[in-house]
Amino acid sequence: MQNILEQIGIQNYIFLSSILFCVGVFGVLYRRNAIIVFMSIEIMLNAVNLLFVAFSTYHQDAQGQVFVFFSMAVAAAEVAVGLAIVVSIFRNLGSIDVANLKKLKG
Amino acid sequence: MSTVLILFFVLSAVTLGSAFLTIYSRNPIHSAIYLVICFFSIAGHYLLLNAQFLAIVHIIVYSGAIMILFLFTVMLMNLNKEDEVHKPRMARFVAVSLFALLCIILIAVFMNSKPIADMYDSSGEDYQSIKVLGNVLLNEYMVPFEFASVLLLVAMIGTVLLSKKETTK
Repeated sequence: MQNILEQIGIQNYIFLSSILFCVGVFGVLYRRNAIIVFMSIEIMLNAVNLLFVAFSTYHQDAQGQVFVFFSMAVAAAEVAVGLAIVVSIFRNLGSIDVANLKKLKG
Repeated sequence: MSTVLILFFVLSAVTLGSAFLTIYSRNPIHSAIYLVICFFSIAGHYLLLNAQFLAIVHIIVYSGAIMILFLFTVMLMNLNKEDEVHKPRMARFVAVSLFALLCIILIAVFMNSKPIADMYDSSGEDYQSIKVLGNVLLNEYMVPFEFASVLLLVAMIGTVLLSKKETTK
């Protein structure tokens, strides 16, 4: 299993991560449901994590994987707070359509 | 074509397909299920890269904790129906074209960059077992590790405060 990147190639991982990131961006732009927007953000975070692990293997350095741990902790905190905000938005407005959040519009 | 390469392409197809279906499906519950499949295939990628501990942590944190949170929120708001209105056609067109442009640009950039895979050589040194990871995490990254606990505590308190029903004084 040591020469896994010799067989696959880091380029393939770069392509996969960039396409996955683009899918996440597409989800944020395309959907109106706030929960799906959150899921798209998770997809983007995961794309970056995947590239971190790939390059950690490439450089044979554990620091990339340690960084992924911190990124996971931040993602967990972000999701918890974000979903709490979504719940309170739903309580106040009765929907989680992001198009309804325009109270700051003058 | 080696077995590993075939495995990589199958896993990549599952990852990208389920990520697309997450965004495409109208029912939020279905989206969450597809997202679980996406996370599991990413854990498969980690296993393929021989990062076993990270794969397990990924399954526990994402497929376990975060997806439960998502599903509970969906059920709490009773969103289990497909009544979401689409964005205006112009916005959807812009989203699709932006997605295509971003993809083309990123892939073109990485296609034309220097191929770096040839320089890869494995020294056979152990760098991603739990032992090494724990050493790095608790020696070099001790302070960020402690701050992560503070971050999680603050997030927990903030979540409780945000989602508590406001009582009339």
